[in-house]
Amino acid sequence: MDALVNKRIKRVMKGDQDAFAEIVELYQHQLFQICYRMLGNRHEAEDIAQEAFTRAYVNIHTFDQNRKFSTWLYRIATNLCIDRIRKKKPDYHLDAEVKGTEGLNMYSKIANDEELPEEELMRMEVQERVQYEISRLPDKYRAAIVLKYIEELPLAEISEILDLPLGTVKTRIHRGREALRKQLSNL
Amino acid sequence: MMNACPEKVIRMMDDYLDGEISPSEEKELKDYLQSCSDCRKIYQELTKTIAFVQSVSHVQAPPDFVQKTMAGLPKESQRVGVKRFMRHHPLMIAAALFVLLMSAAMMSSFSDDQQFSFTKQENLVVEGQTVVVPEGQTVIGDLTIRNGDLRVDGELEGDVTIVNGQYMASSGVINGEIEEIDQVFEWLWYTIKGTFQDAMSFFGGDDQSIEE
Repeated sequence: MDALVNKRIKRVMKGDQDAFAEIVELYQHQLFQICYRMLGNRHEAEDIAQEAFTRAYVNIHTFDQNRKFSTWLYRIATNLCIDRIRKKKPDYHLDAEVKGTEGLNMYSKIANDEELPEEELMRMEVQERVQYEISRLPDKYRAAIVLKYIEELPLAEISEILDLPLGTVKTRIHRGREALRKQLSNL
Repeated sequence: MMNACPEKVIRMMDDYLDGEISPSEEKELKDYLQSCSDCRKIYQELTKTIAFVQSVSHVQAPPDFVQKTMAGLPKESQRVGVKRFMRHHPLMIAAALFVLLMSAAMMSSFSDDQQFSFTKQENLVVEGQTVVVPEGQTVIGDLTIRNGDLRVDGELEGDVTIVNGQYMASSGVINGEIEEIDQVFEWLWYTIKGTFQDAMSFFGGDDQSIEE
């Protein structure tokens, strides 16, 4: 599959759009899935997934063909999603001040501001509820959790996508997991 | 902070859930979970959480996603478009090129038709619409004359083609073949033969560059 993808990428590098259509065909669902789980909204997910493909196309010359294309593509998409989330949440700079172990509490505090009333949560379908709780996670935990548990990617690949050391990726997954455990404990 | 369980157990739990625990620690963790109900509860909730997250059904991109995405891309360079077209439709290109060259050749030959012209060679003399090889002179090389006649008083070493004209009986010598083309039909055929050969050699030579 990688050889097939690389062949198409060589054609895309020469400016061949048909070859790129085949790439989009191949990765559309996975990319859309990442965006949807990150953003929790189909319309936005479509928007960002399209933007990610467009950026990949325009910047295809910066792609190192010795690496995995999907890693590069997912990285573009997760960065765009994180940007989008931060734009929606202007008070997100609080993130910078809360480093280390205190982080989780601070994040939960921010998240709590948007919390839905208990009875409404109870009416939700399980899937809807899980998506809601994922979208309440701070963006950096959210990306790690989505890549790990929904895309089911290996930790090493997640570390490459998020451009973070393996240890940091693990920490984020652990914290995201712990936050979700608490949020979902009444389910 | 999050519970009363030892940090080591939490770490082992995380390692276990990451699939990165050593067999000895795995045993240690299991033994510990047997003995501590709080830890066991956290462990069960975590595995349940993971199962919930994983159970979220996979969503699909909308059906028109590829088409919409492609429509939003900046336009590709024209050169590539032409290249791909040639790769996908070689016969069409061959036919189109053939027609193009043909009509170009015809057009030029129709306009040329009206004009008197001949191959320039040394020692040739022109009298009105007649090309003359003067007495005592030798012309070396092939000769093509359009809309004019030829008279050879001296010597001509080469083939002669006369279009819309004639070779006038004369006292000279021609060491080569003489071809007179008078009729339009013959002239057409002559042109087609030439054009076809041009077209063939064009494709023969261009093959590599198309295939890269």
